[in-house]
Amino acid sequence: MNELVSAVPWLGKRNPMAARWLIIILAIAAPMVAMLFGRSWVRILDFALLYMMLALGLNLVVGFAGLLDLGYIAFYAVGAYTFAFLASPHFDVHLPFWVVLPLGAAFAGMAGIMLGFPVLRLRGDYLAIVTLGFGEIIRIFMNNLNYPINITNGPQGINGLDSINLFGWDLARNLQVTEDFSINSLFLYYYFFLACVVGSIIFIQRLQISRIGRAWAAMRDDELAAKAIGINTRNLKLLAFSMGATFGGVAGCLFGAFQGFVSPESFSLMESIAVLTMVVFGGMGNIAGAIVGAFALALLPEVLRDVAVPLQQTLFGHVLLDPEVLRMLLLSLAMILMMLLRPAGLIPARARYAHPENLHRSAAK
Amino acid sequence: MITLLEARNVGKRFGGLQALTDVSLTIRKGEVYGLIGPNGAGKTTFFNVLTGAYIPDGGEFVFNGSELPSGKPHKIVGRGIARTFQNIRLFRDLTALENVMAGHHIRTKAGLWGILTQNRFTREEERLTTERAYEMLKYVGIERFAQTVSKNLSYGDQRRLEIARALATEPQLLALDEPAAGMNATETAQLKVLIEQIRHDGVTVMLIEHDVKLVMGLCDRVAVLDFGRKIAEDVPAEVQRNEAVINAYLGGGKHAA
Amino acid sequence: METLIQQILNGLVIGSVYALIALGYTMVYGILGLINFAHGDVLMVGALTALQTMMFLMGVAPGMSPIAMLTIALMVAIPVCMMIGFTMERLAYRRLRNAPRLAPLITAIGMSFLLQTLAMIIWGRNYHTFPQLISTTPMQPIEGVFVTPVQIFIIIASALIMIGLSLLVNKTRIGRAMRATAENHRVASLMGVDTNAVIAFTFVIGAALAAVAGVMFASNYGIAHYGMGFMPGLKAFTAAVLGGIGNLGGAMLGGIVLGLVESLGAGYIEHMTFGFLNSSYQDIFAFIILGLVLIFKPTGLLGERVSDRA
Repeated sequence: MNELVSAVPWLGKRNPMAARWLIIILAIAAPMVAMLFGRSWVRILDFALLYMMLALGLNLVVGFAGLLDLGYIAFYAVGAYTFAFLASPHFDVHLPFWVVLPLGAAFAGMAGIMLGFPVLRLRGDYLAIVTLGFGEIIRIFMNNLNYPINITNGPQGINGLDSINLFGWDLARNLQVTEDFSINSLFLYYYFFLACVVGSIIFIQRLQISRIGRAWAAMRDDELAAKAIGINTRNLKLLAFSMGATFGGVAGCLFGAFQGFVSPESFSLMESIAVLTMVVFGGMGNIAGAIVGAFALALLPEVLRDVAVPLQQTLFGHVLLDPEVLRMLLLSLAMILMMLLRPAGLIPARARYAHPENLHRSAAK
Repeated sequence: MITLLEARNVGKRFGGLQALTDVSLTIRKGEVYGLIGPNGAGKTTFFNVLTGAYIPDGGEFVFNGSELPSGKPHKIVGRGIARTFQNIRLFRDLTALENVMAGHHIRTKAGLWGILTQNRFTREEERLTTERAYEMLKYVGIERFAQTVSKNLSYGDQRRLEIARALATEPQLLALDEPAAGMNATETAQLKVLIEQIRHDGVTVMLIEHDVKLVMGLCDRVAVLDFGRKIAEDVPAEVQRNEAVINAYLGGGKHAA
Repeated sequence: METLIQQILNGLVIGSVYALIALGYTMVYGILGLINFAHGDVLMVGALTALQTMMFLMGVAPGMSPIAMLTIALMVAIPVCMMIGFTMERLAYRRLRNAPRLAPLITAIGMSFLLQTLAMIIWGRNYHTFPQLISTTPMQPIEGVFVTPVQIFIIIASALIMIGLSLLVNKTRIGRAMRATAENHRVASLMGVDTNAVIAFTFVIGAALAAVAGVMFASNYGIAHYGMGFMPGLKAFTAAVLGGIGNLGGAMLGGIVLGLVESLGAGYIEHMTFGFLNSSYQDIFAFIILGLVLIFKPTGLLGERVSDRA
């Protein structure tokens, strides 16, 4: 939160309290503002929150522990497909949300450990390739495991996933407050996802300022020196990897339930790269960076669709670059230019790994 | 005198290069032990093998009466051996304080659950870690830079920070790899005082150093390596008179074995 | 028996292409310690440029002989790819040589997607039919075993190129400079080697090989599109690791072995898994091999170096 506060331009440094409230108000009011532009924008915000969870999870792996994971979306897929298997008409299993969510998280975490065990002894760049390969293998299986036994339903994906049901309260239904006032389901999802993101931030912040967070940072900065002060780098890498995967799994479950269907094309390499770009763009290793990066880049394609297309039409008379191409172009340029010009990211807040204020308190005693 | 560390016939080979050949030496509790020799004599390799960065081809280390696991750095640190590096290796994006706190990692226990729930034990441990780290910075004399990101520290202060970080692992044996390299005379003098203080506080020190004056003024005993073999081990005054050592340094004689 | 021979033959063909691409990876890795993710996409640019050239030639000189046409297409594609290799190195990687280790890697991934996007803009998203200028009419040297002239051409051409490259690296001045730079930049530059030039040269040579490989790949499958470089790039990297990254001979060996494994695997996977998995799983073999090699023999078949250059 503090990182996020100090990232608020101008106000953040002068009046942190005001900046804090500003963020809270913005977070709460965002869907209402979006509603002014149409319901689809609220939906986009919901997806932006999911991307934030993914970026937070990947940031844990890449930014904190310094492990480049290019197959991160595979864990998202594991979460989403777990939900699809256990809460949809596909196998006609409908387990409650609170059972499936931990299972999805656990499966993704286990996938992380299984992948991590063999490869974590490797140097960073090998790891990148192996994780990329892993992501592709998962996708190949999703695409082809509809024969001879239909498990994943192949490229068509699985439809009709159950919605999120919080102890009998179905988020997919508009909440009828009074006779003629109801809260749209998209809003319900927004606030639920927001709560998940806030929970994740608290979670990760606590990890960051702890012996584990410091050990990760140490390992990232200098692995040899980290070993020389007694850090068990293999275990800590595994931990980072599986924690990141768990986040991916949780986000995947939420995604599946929210969207109502899953198919392999949601989990392409491009998505892994997009999440990585969010982390890189915002600033590797700091929470605020992941949040801002995810928000900016999740909104990008929609903004492009709404702005770039009409703009091109007025300028050139026709659409030269369709939004999807433009998005890829901007993502790849963002990655290259960020690394060249501003490697610390948009929000180069230095992440803190200690509470030095503890000192002043005890010194004052 | 009680033996703290005993190296028995340690050997290490890289491809065609025999970096260490049957090196045996004994370090006693409470002494400052120097390891010297010409460039490429195998001193740093010895450190790397001792601290688990490399696995030796032969031989073993006995520390406090039992054998050290080879190639498991974190276990070796846990047993009480810490080191610094010839070319300083700090965690560059962490502050001085955080560097030292990271050094305390192995002596702390908080687990994932405790950290996520921030239970009493974890908070207390974290507070203690912070305080100890600050004390350690004071000990080496750089507490005013506690909040400075380590890559922005001056060279001499980086050296001190690295020592503080190593001490935070609560070692019984501190292995310093050329701590005075690149220091001016004043800084070297201060370093000497610091090392004497460390020894005085009960930590045995093993030292690789090129600064002969520092070694001779500081060490109780000195071993000399040449081409991966130990060619002498004695009190400094004797080592200085040793023929094989003089030859090795002046390059006069043939490979003295 | 025929199936076996047929699969070995197919494996040799695709393996030769992998080997050519793998050489580019391995040379750059040997010298910079960088996995140039964009290398596979250079291949794609090579294939599409060649395609464009051929289309142009067919328009202006319809009667031109296929061999001449192919040669001209290569003469255009190779310099284009060389330029791309040079530009990537000069504008991006060179500035990141002393950056934290993730930075060049992330830049390379960005490069890869940038090239794909640009190709998408220039050539569209569609699959293009790649003119098969060398005959693809199968011959039957053995009863039941088919081989096409283009396949023979691929095997022979790659063998010649690999011999040429070995001579270049082992017998020439620039080759010696490359080896010296790979060994140690600083020392090499102290000895008077212009390491910047050598590194640029390495990228350029690698890109040229990729261009040739791209044309071969597209000729063999008769198809080219903006995403075609990704899989062969990934597999060629696997081949480089399999052979021992940084080692030229290793890249060649690794390419051939990978091609064989993949082809035999695809041919027999259905039998091996009792029909559960079929040949659409062909692509996973490379990854499984990569995983196994990295776990059990990270130095690769011929590799010596496992340097921890961070």
